[in-house]
Amino acid sequence: MEHYNMNLTLKVWRQKNNQSKGKFETYPVNNISSEMSFLEMIDVLNEKLIEEGNEPIAFDHDCREGICGMCSMFINGQAHGPWQQNTTCQLHMRAFKDGDTIVVEPWRSAAFPVVKDLVVDRSSFDRIIQAGGYISVNTGNAVDANAIPIDKKDADDAFMAAACIGCGACVATCKNGSAMLFVGAKVSQLALLPQGAPEKESRVLNMIAQMDKEGFGNCTNTYACEAECPKGISVSNIARLNAEYLKAGLTTEEK
Amino acid sequence: MTWKHFFTSSIGRKFIMGFTGIFLILFLIIHAGINSCIFLNDHGVTFNKMAHFMSHNWIMRFLEIGLFAGLIAHIIQGLSLTFQNKKARPVEYYFNQPSKNSKWYSRSMGILGTLLLLFLVMHLSHFYVDTKVALYSGDKPHDLFDEMKEVFSIKWVVILYLVGVVSLFWHLYHGFQSAFQTLGINHKRYTPLIKTIGTVYALIICILFALMPVAIHLQWIN
Ligand code: SF4
Ligand code: FES
Repeated sequence: MEHYNMNLTLKVWRQKNNQSKGKFETYPVNNISSEMSFLEMIDVLNEKLIEEGNEPIAFDHDCREGICGMCSMFINGQAHGPWQQNTTCQLHMRAFKDGDTIVVEPWRSAAFPVVKDLVVDRSSFDRIIQAGGYISVNTGNAVDANAIPIDKKDADDAFMAAACIGCGACVATCKNGSAMLFVGAKVSQLALLPQGAPEKESRVLNMIAQMDKEGFGNCTNTYACEAECPKGISVSNIARLNAEYLKAGLTTEEK
Repeated sequence: MTWKHFFTSSIGRKFIMGFTGIFLILFLIIHAGINSCIFLNDHGVTFNKMAHFMSHNWIMRFLEIGLFAGLIAHIIQGLSLTFQNKKARPVEYYFNQPSKNSKWYSRSMGILGTLLLLFLVMHLSHFYVDTKVALYSGDKPHDLFDEMKEVFSIKWVVILYLVGVVSLFWHLYHGFQSAFQTLGINHKRYTPLIKTIGTVYALIICILFALMPVAIHLQWIN
């Protein structure tokens, strides 16, 4: 695709800290290359802000190659912007035209409070993982990888669920602020494998209990999460989560 | 895990929605089936016979309790989930494009359900209350068909019924397949089948229900 430069208007959410109110600020950004990533475009703007003695825009990022899930931004009404199965760091400026106005907001969720500007606190996800997103194994020699036969389909499904990077786009997109795609992926990746089987019941019960505590909403199957997930996590993982929870919840003898 | 714990958890509450939803879906088949007897165009004789059976047979009367329990659970749970979901996003997006990732009716189950609730209040006051009054005062057999003719002779009532049926269509269109997902069924081969059955079901039920007030109002049947 042909390279071009563009001038844009950025409307960005600025919020000093969790307590302050926050509002939109408008910034012109000029001479942006179509080959830049969205984050690089913000870097350019931030350098300018710093040079002028202003506070740069705070935003989360780490790998900048689409694998860490940090770059949470709601761009022009969509999580991670207009491209499908894509993170903000992998969104390139060729997605926009010269003269465009771009609105950038943080994830909006009771369970993801704004820390500053575009940065939100996603530790609620960490606490859900801590509640059961693991397997307990004794340390010692590493077991041979192929010692336990696993059905190809299960291995593939588990692998696909494990692609979830915990970015929170599903929550940010869902009209109910539900975290069920994330939790569905995290429960599935272990429930499908023999290594995860022994703790299957307690895992799903504990993770859902934590999810409910964090103030996420309830899934109504709009499937917006699947459409916006950068890793294409399927809503069939939510069905599996439901099934696992119903099985465990209705049969467990533990109080 | 206590029962209370289960039924107050997010998935437990979704389970109530899905389960009662399927129950109500089954009820609508019976409801639409019996009411379709008016299309026999026999001055409502068959229809009134069926209505009499439904209101006098003790098994049916017993099931009726279950129906109301399911309905009330569906309504209360639905409303409370909708309010709780609103709270999960205290600050709305300034710019949001939900149509890029989901269908409007899947996002509107709360609103559609509320419309249906309002419709139901009107519907029960039209037909259910009188049937029960007649049942317990019991002087002469209640002519439900006559009552239908009377109610549907008014144009704006017919229009309100059509609005109700359209809301019902979208509610069922999403709700049918959604219930299965909630109960944990999502399958490469069965889910497309469930979606097709749901669409056909919603269409048939709603066309039948829409035809009833229209046919009576226009005196296609009497
Ligand atoms: S399921 Fe998708 S959208 Fe949700 S946290 Fe995981 S990768 Fe992000
Ligand atoms: S910065 Fe790591 S996924 Fe975008």
